[in-house]
Amino acid sequence: MATKKLNLKDKYRLLTRDLDWEFSYQDRKEAFPYEEFEGIKITDWSKWEDPFRLTMDSYWKYQAEKEKKLYAILDAFSQNNGQTNISDPRYVNALKIFLTGVSPLEYQAYQGFAQTGREFGGIGARVACQMQSIDELRHVQTQIHAMSHYNKFFDGFQEFSHQHDRIWYLSVPKSFFNDARAAGPFEFMVAIGFSFEYVLTNLLFVPFMSGAAYNGDMATVTFGFSAQSDEARHMTLGLEVIKFLLEQHEDNVPIVQKWIDKWFWRGTRLLTIVAMMMDYMLPNKVMSWKEAWEVYFEEAGGALFKDLARYGIRMPKYAETIEKEKEHISHQAWWTFYTHGHATGFHTWVPSDEELDWLSEKYPDTFDKYYRPRWEMAKEMEAKGERFYTKALPQLCTVCQIPMLFTEMDDPTQTCYRSSDYEENKYHFCSDGCKDIFDDEPEKYVQSWLPVHQIFQGNCGGPDVEDILRDYYRINVGTDNMDMKGSPDELRWKEWKGTA
Amino acid sequence: MSKVYIALQDNDVSRYIVEAIEEDNPDVTVIHMPAMIRIENEGFLVVKRETVEEKLGREWDVQELHLNLITLGGNVDEEDDQLSLTWN
Repeated sequence: MATKKLNLKDKYRLLTRDLDWEFSYQDRKEAFPYEEFEGIKITDWSKWEDPFRLTMDSYWKYQAEKEKKLYAILDAFSQNNGQTNISDPRYVNALKIFLTGVSPLEYQAYQGFAQTGREFGGIGARVACQMQSIDELRHVQTQIHAMSHYNKFFDGFQEFSHQHDRIWYLSVPKSFFNDARAAGPFEFMVAIGFSFEYVLTNLLFVPFMSGAAYNGDMATVTFGFSAQSDEARHMTLGLEVIKFLLEQHEDNVPIVQKWIDKWFWRGTRLLTIVAMMMDYMLPNKVMSWKEAWEVYFEEAGGALFKDLARYGIRMPKYAETIEKEKEHISHQAWWTFYTHGHATGFHTWVPSDEELDWLSEKYPDTFDKYYRPRWEMAKEMEAKGERFYTKALPQLCTVCQIPMLFTEMDDPTQTCYRSSDYEENKYHFCSDGCKDIFDDEPEKYVQSWLPVHQIFQGNCGGPDVEDILRDYYRINVGTDNMDMKGSPDELRWKEWKGTA
Repeated sequence: MSKVYIALQDNDVSRYIVEAIEEDNPDVTVIHMPAMIRIENEGFLVVKRETVEEKLGREWDVQELHLNLITLGGNVDEEDDQLSLTWN
């Protein structure tokens, strides 16, 4: 007898919805204690729709296939000494930022979705969060595995986990996720599931990964696209959560809008480092940060918000500022890292003349006017044997934790600086967006672990910067940090290529 | 009307999926980038199982799309015979 195959909708219903149960002797409210804590009103979880209708059996089947493909390529990459076929050894520094700054976020996402899934009363959302949680664990594992090969041949990879919790610039991504995970379950979903996954991760995993391919890094493009194949499902979950919340009750609309305003702003701040990686750290260029931003934020995000307008949702606050920032932030960030290059776990450099020309061409309204003269000056100083490193520690924004490197967008010669007084203290911010976030929940952000404050309070060893870098950060001073020129990474590369 | 889009890894299976998408959505724009193929269309895009099977010359489950998918934009609806993307 031929077995009748269930169609997708029936299979999804049986293998997802029917796994739930009613609470007969326990109070449902006690089982899901955080469901009402943020003021969100859910009237009917059964209205939840999962557009992908993926069931656990299919999930395992397809994920296993993805893993087999990925590991075959990672093996081939290492067996064939793929590290010698990349475009330029400077590129590897982008991977050091990825492993120390991004991969640990995958682990936080794994924990966050496991917890959030537990908090939801609806089975459809719970199963989707469970799958996403397992995906995120897969991402951190495959990323560490892929980059372990680079660790054999390049400096700066060896202490990524220790460094993620300590180094000044790594507190930016770490605190972003800590903020989301310290929120309630629905804010977490709007923060990570919607704002971050739907719009912002695309910028890292699509144009940057395409750039990795273009720079001969087969291992990274493969884990990137393999991860991103899960993201397509995550994005859909994020959008579904938003639509569900907005359809459940009109009182949810202003709460969701506030979270969108907050998390899009936090997300764009976080992506500053990706902007810099795209414009300055990919020797073979695919597209500029500005072009990527126009495709994935303005076009894709614009379409999304036009679609959500029917619920009374508008574009995130400060969208006009965000639009202007695409012309500036990559240059402002790389300059900051270049001048603090003695305190970074990766190498920095002055762009080559061809790269400067490319930036002039891609940023005709800003680069020659504001940024190119700085690089020409840095180049001259370097030629005279006076490669510039700043002696000062940067002031940090209390919310995004990024050094105060951003300018007023209408006057790129003026640093943007805001502050608020709360109880006995003054707090400092890089922007109106970050100040708003603080003013809404000051009791949360006064607890921020700000790396520079911690250094001055004596909590990071010392007393000298070099002691902190070596003992507290575990940076191999003189090996992992400083300029690319003359670094052990560069010398090894020249030996491989016979140009030493 | 806003553009929906789908991006696939540039490989042997995707090439046929792209052919099928082009046949079922004659107005799409196909953009080739390093390692990936991005396909855009105004407002609506559909991937039909039947057309993909015809191009591939074998059975193809709509959920197999996940293996080659990089990203997408639009409201998703996945069924037995097709996956569609729409913006309102």
